[in-house]
Amino acid sequence: MANTTTERSITYTVTKLAVVAVAMFAFVFVVMVPLYNVLCDVLGINGKTSGERYQVVESSVDIGREIRVQFVTTNNEGMPWVFHPTESVLKVNPGAVNSTVFYAKNPLAKAMVAQAIPSVAPIRAADYFHKTECFCFNQQPLAAGAETDMPLQFIVDQDLPADIKTITLSYTLFDVTAMAASQGAVATR
Amino acid sequence: MSAHHGPSKGFMRWVLTTNHKDIGTMYLWFSFAMFILGGAFAMIIRAELFQPGLQIVEPDFFNQMTTMHGLVMVFGAIMPSFVGLANWMIPMMIGAPDMALPRMNNLSFWLLPPTFALLASTLFMDGGAPNFGWTFYAPLSTTYAPDTVTYFIFGVHLLGLSSIMGSINIIATVVNLRAPGMTYMKMPMFVWTWLITAFLLIAVMPVLAGAVTMMLMDIHFGTSFFSAAGGGDPVLFQHVFWFFGHPEVYIIILPAFGVVSQIIPTFARKPLFGYDSMVYATASIAFLSFIVWAHHMYTVGMPITGELFFMYATMLIAVPTGVKVFNWITTMWKGSMTFETPMLFCIGFVFLFTIGGFTGVMLSLAPVDFQYHDSYFVVAHFHYVMVAGAVFSMSAAVYYWLPKWTGKMYSENMGKAHFWISFFGFNLTFFPQHFLGLAGMPRRIPDYALQFTDFNTMSSIGAFIYGASQILFLFNVVKTVVSGEPTSEEKTWDGAEGLEWTLPTPAPYHTFSTPPDVK
Repeated sequence: MANTTTERSITYTVTKLAVVAVAMFAFVFVVMVPLYNVLCDVLGINGKTSGERYQVVESSVDIGREIRVQFVTTNNEGMPWVFHPTESVLKVNPGAVNSTVFYAKNPLAKAMVAQAIPSVAPIRAADYFHKTECFCFNQQPLAAGAETDMPLQFIVDQDLPADIKTITLSYTLFDVTAMAASQGAVATR
Repeated sequence: MSAHHGPSKGFMRWVLTTNHKDIGTMYLWFSFAMFILGGAFAMIIRAELFQPGLQIVEPDFFNQMTTMHGLVMVFGAIMPSFVGLANWMIPMMIGAPDMALPRMNNLSFWLLPPTFALLASTLFMDGGAPNFGWTFYAPLSTTYAPDTVTYFIFGVHLLGLSSIMGSINIIATVVNLRAPGMTYMKMPMFVWTWLITAFLLIAVMPVLAGAVTMMLMDIHFGTSFFSAAGGGDPVLFQHVFWFFGHPEVYIIILPAFGVVSQIIPTFARKPLFGYDSMVYATASIAFLSFIVWAHHMYTVGMPITGELFFMYATMLIAVPTGVKVFNWITTMWKGSMTFETPMLFCIGFVFLFTIGGFTGVMLSLAPVDFQYHDSYFVVAHFHYVMVAGAVFSMSAAVYYWLPKWTGKMYSENMGKAHFWISFFGFNLTFFPQHFLGLAGMPRRIPDYALQFTDFNTMSSIGAFIYGASQILFLFNVVKTVVSGEPTSEEKTWDGAEGLEWTLPTPAPYHTFSTPPDVK
């Protein structure tokens, strides 16, 4: 029905459009997902704190200001561990290094692996909450019936906006035993 | 075989056909079947909500109904109906002999029936059909999903494939097969809106495919795109989904704009007012649709700058949309108007779509959206634009072109009855839902507090009336095809313009084998 020139230009149009479709599929994985993670990381949105250890920069402690840091823990659905902070509130000075521990116990008769996911409220504070040491940086394995104290060390930045008086750090504990097993990374102790 | 052979006989004609009219007809009938199926799901929803308490279905089944209603209506009824219309009309409107890729056209259609058979079969499987809403937010659709979610994912992949092939075909046809003299700015508005819609589809259907692929990997292959435990984020799902989902709503409504822009000039007996501005408005809406997605998720905890950006960008869409509405009204202004069924549906469209547009502007305001979010107000809003927008314009299109397709005239009285009953039923169904939402009734729940009873009862009665009016529609169309009054007038409507009205009635199996000369 169509002559050769038309057929050739149809092939050309189709090829171009097919490339666009494939490119848009790749766009999701190559651009959207990494870009979302980078933006959340850089802008500190979604209350995500950095998953990396904070490199301490020499700075003075602002003893004139006191910030309440509250700790909240939640077990994700179906997670049987006992999990709570040993201190529920700390009063800290911006710039000072503070540490506390969280208690965890695996009450079941089988080894499990857990992962704690942090979140900071208000969201604006996430950028100013630096963790120099956190159990959330790694997965936490526990043998059957075992318990442990898990360390957290943090600095509240001196540039924290003046209107923020209280920061809430919440941890949700997830059961990642299956995920860790599939990665061959289950270590019990 | 001669170049002017007719259709072959029997069932295989429909399986093997590469004729754009046959494929268009199949798309239209298929989408109507899906419209009835999705409508049946809606009837179950409204029957359950007729009074408070649980009377007919279990909450889990109710959730399956809301999910399947949305999926079937969006992907099975509305989208294929406009693809069917595109198949029938675009070649006839631009003076092309057929679609550019007739065999791929056949494949695009025949992917759909198995896909929806697969989706519907999940209703009978262990664990039931998908129950996480048509927006399938993670982790509802990953961690907490029934096992049938895998069938759903496969189904969405097939739908995406079908839509992408269909769109490539439409663009290839419009770009390469226009008759000599048919410049872009002479194309009928329906062709323009479909050209732009097809580009939107090619841009966002792969994104939807990407979203379900990530779900598949999270569920079966141990990745954590949307799982916080593994370092992912469920909010990411919403961003990816709505990056597809917002252009999707314009994919649904732009062809409807095109239909209305064809029909109103015919019955106002005046050329379309502001053709050029219509084209530019359509293109602007398509562009804006890519930068407003997060207005569906104001409550996820975005930074204030994000809320402001998405709020202003969304409000901006009201400008090109307003251009269109005013152009339609201006086209009718001082026209010699008559009110045949297609025109009634188009006027109903302009009136009701504008109401839906206004509630859309209300929803675009981030601070007030916190109240409206996930309430029945949202349900009312999008049914005003989806049903009174897409479905009304589709009904108008069927009445408008049915005589050209079949060579027979439908019953005008039954058509008008269909319009008035559905207009009344539609408004009785969805107008009270605005009040329910403002008063705080959440969407997607099988039971509700007592104070919502009256409006819910009204809404259910309206839904049954609206549903029944579609049976009248079906009856009218079948009666026309079987025993309608024959007509052979080339121009069924005396004010109609366009190449399709220069063809004999009914339209022969092959048209424009030699391209017409467009002045």
